[in-house]
Amino acid sequence: MSTDPILTVSGITKTFPGVTALDNVSFDIRRGEVHALVGENGAGKSTLMKVLAGLHQPDGGQILHRGQPVSVQSPLEARQMGILLIHQELSLSPELSVAENIYLGAWPTNALGVLNKRKLRRDARAALEALGCGFGPDRRVGTLSVAMQQMVEIARSQAFSADVVIFDEPTASLTDTEKDQLFATIRELRGQGVGIVYISHKMDEIFELTDRITVLRDGTVQGTVTTADTDSTAITRMMIGRTLEAYFHKAEIAFGAETLRVEGLGLDGQFDDVSFAVRQGEVLGLYGLVGAGRSEMVETIFGVRRADRGRLIWQGREIPLPTPRQAIDLGMALVPESRKEQGLVLMMGGLDNTTLPHLSSYATATVMDRGREMQVFDRYRKALAIKTTGPDQPVSTLSGGNQQKFVLAKWLCADPRLIILDEPTRGIDVGSKSAIHELIAELAGRGLAVIVISSEMPEVLGVSHRILAMAEGRLVGEFEGDAMTEENLIDAVSHHLANPAAQ
Amino acid sequence: MSVRTVVRAKAPGAPTRWLMRNHIWVFLALTFAVFSLSSPYFLTMNNLGNVLTQAAFIGILAIGMTLVMINGEIDLSVGAVLALASALAIGLQDHIGVWPAVMVGFLSGAALGFLNGTLVALSGMHSFIVTLGGLIGIRGLVFIYTGEDALMVTDFSYTEYPEIYLGPVSLTAMIFFALALLFQWVLTSTRHGRETYAVGDNLQAAHDAGINIKRHKIINFTLCGALAAIAGILLSMRLGTAEPNAGKVWELWTIIAVVLGGTRLQGGYGSLWMTIGGVLTLAVLRNGLRLLNTPNYVELMVMGAVLILALAIDKLLSRHEVGR
Repeated sequence: MSTDPILTVSGITKTFPGVTALDNVSFDIRRGEVHALVGENGAGKSTLMKVLAGLHQPDGGQILHRGQPVSVQSPLEARQMGILLIHQELSLSPELSVAENIYLGAWPTNALGVLNKRKLRRDARAALEALGCGFGPDRRVGTLSVAMQQMVEIARSQAFSADVVIFDEPTASLTDTEKDQLFATIRELRGQGVGIVYISHKMDEIFELTDRITVLRDGTVQGTVTTADTDSTAITRMMIGRTLEAYFHKAEIAFGAETLRVEGLGLDGQFDDVSFAVRQGEVLGLYGLVGAGRSEMVETIFGVRRADRGRLIWQGREIPLPTPRQAIDLGMALVPESRKEQGLVLMMGGLDNTTLPHLSSYATATVMDRGREMQVFDRYRKALAIKTTGPDQPVSTLSGGNQQKFVLAKWLCADPRLIILDEPTRGIDVGSKSAIHELIAELAGRGLAVIVISSEMPEVLGVSHRILAMAEGRLVGEFEGDAMTEENLIDAVSHHLANPAAQ
Repeated sequence: MSVRTVVRAKAPGAPTRWLMRNHIWVFLALTFAVFSLSSPYFLTMNNLGNVLTQAAFIGILAIGMTLVMINGEIDLSVGAVLALASALAIGLQDHIGVWPAVMVGFLSGAALGFLNGTLVALSGMHSFIVTLGGLIGIRGLVFIYTGEDALMVTDFSYTEYPEIYLGPVSLTAMIFFALALLFQWVLTSTRHGRETYAVGDNLQAAHDAGINIKRHKIINFTLCGALAAIAGILLSMRLGTAEPNAGKVWELWTIIAVVLGGTRLQGGYGSLWMTIGGVLTLAVLRNGLRLLNTPNYVELMVMGAVLILALAIDKLLSRHEVGR
């Protein structure tokens, strides 16, 4: 590995309305190195990557490619310069052949626009063989596995002589064997002198593959370190370590009977051997890094995903694994993380969103009773301090915090016994955050069992009575009372990541 | 999970694969067999020649529609363009001569197609809306030009061209097949053809690769309009008249034929082999049902049911391919 930088990013700043996604970011990629880019969701990794690939234009700062200042206006320009982005969602045309996909947009033709299929096939075959791909240029891409499709994208690096290749979470949908093949390919590229940016949440991959690591947090670079000189605990600390900014109010009550007990719950490829219980009046925090399997686990309890094994005991009685409808009828509520996709009908007003899942409760012989709907709407608007001009203001025009409150109002209407909140304060303003924290305490005070998933250390420490730590699909620690500290949580999560065998 | 699962079964041979993608031909063979057995008049040279000629008009429209649909768009104005081209080709003959009139008819179709394509590509409006406007507006133009009455040819030699036959196959049918082969070649062997698939299949990927999406859309709409004009001119030759209502709801039959063939409405997938199969199936069905003296409204019901059945089979078969 030489120390000669092929791509230097200095002082890059990028703001979106209301958010500074990248703040004075500087780092460099050298010839023949694999450079990891890590950080929590929202740390700015994908924005940085999109700036490099020409999908976003930075507001300030400079990019030097082979020592020359460049301005990358489009993905096409980036490719022509030799900067190639391997998308997480593959950007291929399934109906076209492998060869056509490798050279998409740059097919050899004669003056009349007739394709030179022989040249296309020959060049594509050379690119595939350089990477040792086990399939030919004539295969239709739609018939290839995800791993093979990824190889088609990587083969573009050979076809366009790329000297910077950016991988965005490339192993997200690969099996272990496919992952090993991918790593071999990445090392092959490194051997060719290509500078590689490797974005991943998976600590073991980063330590197996990369030469240096740059950590991003809240849009700023926390530091660049040599992989051999550090360990996963240090990196985790750089990623998530922040000071406690606020104290949260916790209801001081005695817990009631068990609302839900989970025994040996498992879903192949996602998580396994999950057992825990949550009691009336208790806020149970579920902490872990992105990809730990927390969302998948609660979705399985709620019946969105079908468990492969495990038992649920609901209020003392074993129940069959429910469908979402049955889970709602039992008294469970799941407030999902992606409220726009799963939680709200954005074009409707707040009132309609609130009463949507329970319309029959507000209707007399199928005719809606607007008065009763208004009462409920007013009650939650006051209780949650929702800022809206009225019941019919489309929720798409509200702030993220107020949208999230309507999602909560919608589920609270059903009067659940257990409410599961998945990242309830992601992407919302500080004021709304504390309102939601207070609401969590109040719900527990009323005797509900609450499960809060959060990647934010202060939040999970602040609102929970008890915390479960999760990593790589397993529960790796349980903390209560004085044991609930930042240190303990980081240790639990990162030790596990450093020794994935020691399960 | 977003992972696509690949069927790792033994790869089927090339003919099997072709049939799986072009299963409309199996369907066509079936309908063919049924009508051969149930009507003594069906399986005669004369009748089959007729089927081909009847198929050719929707067929030529369907070629253009296939290009536009693979591109991920739709053109509802083809029936109206056909009527306009046929009216101009006949109406102008007395003023500027037969072949110049035919040329004007042809160019009117190409120009309207170009206009459709430009509006779609540059405005970002959905082609369904743009060409729906075209359907209504162009039909209005036809009525203004013809004044609600059918235009008649005065030079009857004009109507003799379609009477050129090669065995039972009329010139009209031959033109249809020649055009279909030509554009199948365009689709498989030219940059424009392949990029048409790329745009319809994954717009973002095509855009990121620097493919000029607007240009391809404009070209395909222009081709579609020009082909509709050719169908209109051939129809005017066959009938010797140009009715203002010619080609009404033909855009729907055209879409049905293309979709029946297996070309995907969302774009990115299809071929003219499929479209020829769809066009012929539709023509055989209509012809066979008429030979059996099926009342018109029953015919419509059967056709509707067949369309849905064919698409259900398509769904079933495509599950055997990669899950998409």
